[in-house]
Amino acid sequence: MIDFNIAGLAEGFWQLTIDGLSYGAIYALVAVGYTLVYGVVRLINFAHAEIFMLGMFGQYAGLLLLGFRPSGNSYDLGTVATVGYLAAAMLLGMAVAGAAAVGLERVAYRPLRKRGADRLAFLISAVGMSFVLQELVHLVLPQLWPSLGGADAQQPIRLVEQTGQFRIFSGTVTNLTLVIVVIAVVLTAGTQLLLDRTRLGRGIRATAQDPETATLMGVSRERVIMLTFLIGGVLAGAAALLYTLKIPSAIVYSGGFLLGIKAFTAAVLGGIGNVRGALLGGLLLGLLELYGQVLFGAEWRDVVAFVVLVAVLMFRPTGILRESLGKVRA
Amino acid sequence: MTGTVRTWPRPLRWAMAVLGVAALAVLPMFPPPLLDTPGTSFSWVMAQVAMIALVGLGLNVVVGQAGLLDLGYVGFYAVGAYTVALLTSSESPWHAGGLFASGWAWLAALPLAAAITAVSGLLLGMPTLRLRGDYLAIVTLGFGEIVRLLAENLSEVTNGSRGLREIAYPNVGASAERPEGYFAAGNVIGPIDAGVAWFWLGLGLILLVLVLAGNLERSRVGRAWIAIREDEEAAEIMGVPTFRFKVWAFVVGAALGGLSGAIYAGQVQFVNPTNFNIINSMLFLCAVIIGGRGNKFGVIVGAFLIVYLPNRFMSVELGGQPLGDYKYLFFGIVLVALMVFRPQGVLPARRVRLCYRPADDSEPRR
Repeated sequence: MIDFNIAGLAEGFWQLTIDGLSYGAIYALVAVGYTLVYGVVRLINFAHAEIFMLGMFGQYAGLLLLGFRPSGNSYDLGTVATVGYLAAAMLLGMAVAGAAAVGLERVAYRPLRKRGADRLAFLISAVGMSFVLQELVHLVLPQLWPSLGGADAQQPIRLVEQTGQFRIFSGTVTNLTLVIVVIAVVLTAGTQLLLDRTRLGRGIRATAQDPETATLMGVSRERVIMLTFLIGGVLAGAAALLYTLKIPSAIVYSGGFLLGIKAFTAAVLGGIGNVRGALLGGLLLGLLELYGQVLFGAEWRDVVAFVVLVAVLMFRPTGILRESLGKVRA
Repeated sequence: MTGTVRTWPRPLRWAMAVLGVAALAVLPMFPPPLLDTPGTSFSWVMAQVAMIALVGLGLNVVVGQAGLLDLGYVGFYAVGAYTVALLTSSESPWHAGGLFASGWAWLAALPLAAAITAVSGLLLGMPTLRLRGDYLAIVTLGFGEIVRLLAENLSEVTNGSRGLREIAYPNVGASAERPEGYFAAGNVIGPIDAGVAWFWLGLGLILLVLVLAGNLERSRVGRAWIAIREDEEAAEIMGVPTFRFKVWAFVVGAALGGLSGAIYAGQVQFVNPTNFNIINSMLFLCAVIIGGRGNKFGVIVGAFLIVYLPNRFMSVELGGQPLGDYKYLFFGIVLVALMVFRPQGVLPARRVRLCYRPADDSEPRR
């Protein structure tokens, strides 16, 4: 049933750490979307997982538009061209996810906010949107664009072959790991800078702290909320590309659910409502998950995230970094 | 409409209720031509309606009355179903002898399933119900998924993804015509085929639950739940031990979920982890929300809509795909649309003022 493979953990420790960080970086990017929205409107954007899923399809569509077709081998186009193509695909993924997030806010949340609905109504509406987005990709998309969507996962398009670059003790760092971690960290740091340094960021922080006073001071709450959803969506779109680099066969209509839960766990683990926490929580969860996978067996990997979630909520619901957008930092 | 019914004298209301139930009971024996479901047995569909209605009534206690969003309700359903399966399936390593090997096996396992699920509700509720509402939603979602993963991964006990077959079912009325009794899937002899038998059983349990839940609703417990739903902090300040009553709502809801799971296991005589997907949780939730949170009869209507409609339109095609396949898309749209346009559901709960009021002030609260 469950075997404790401590020797395996010790043996593969460095490799697991490196892989765990690359998964964790992706969780972190998605987690920022949960955390920002939560910080500003005190709402768990349940459908954020589907935004991520749409991002995966967005970048896949981008690759199809660029003329790539699924094949067993990876295209080997040289570094510069590959980076260019990937950047283009990523931009389209970010655009699709960002637009979807803003649309989601318009359709499912804004009318409720106008009416001052109770919290339950927001959650149910989000669950409904989650269904709608999944089923649109599952059933409607393949009728509009025959090579996209449907019940099965998309055939992978591989642009990059995973190759080892250098070693840290016994672990190999591949080109993909490097790209994933660097992009994720740069984007989260960028978001943090945006929040700390820009006018928009100050508006977001002000709305999170005290919506009414912020409105009186001339901050448009609706605009801040829209931009918050946009930022979260765009980051989820970026995460979508990184995730499909890591797992090319993950592009399927139901592919957002599990990752969404994990990203939410990451956000809660770090302390929901702040970007630093999302990054920390994501990386930690990625590590815990891979250590757990070796320790207990591969089939328990997904259970680790759930157990971490329940444990964090029970013992430290404010997360590791007890701060949020809504609190004034000294 | 309900207003007029409420003005009828009590005996008349009872008589109409008895007539209504009787009409409902004979309905699946003689499916009316327009209502009939092409392609599937109407009585089986009605049996499923009854079962989902029972699940909905349980979830309604949690979501509708106490206002706690439970997205992992399918977990309780699974615990109930697996309890019966593990006790009575010949493929289970925990297959018990004695009573559990006799013709009474299903009935003997039923209360156990409800009890074990109630305990699981307590175990989940104790640590998590201190959390705020939306955290609770995610944690319960995680719980539902953990139950499914356990069923899949603990393959020495649960047979993993292959599932457990040959689960016991009520052994009633075996005869030459029906060698395995009325409830066996092989009983297709009308007018009382297996679907009708299960429908009647479901109907009976629903009536029982309606009476019990109705009593609970009118009691101190029910008033406490409503207070928690409307404003938890105010309830706490007014002296309602909110945590205790939230746990109670969870336990009662879980027990009903387990009971329905046990019925499900007997009905299909097979359980495997994919039957307890998170999407089923959403389906149950749809039944409660569409019908109207907090209204028992609304929940039954909701259950009818979500089970009957996809089956009714299964054979109608749209874009080369049966219309029934689009059910989750429609459910999603309906959920959003209801929250935007009619958050109280199709048949909303009657909101009555629970405090003292002068006789002339008859204006409803909302």
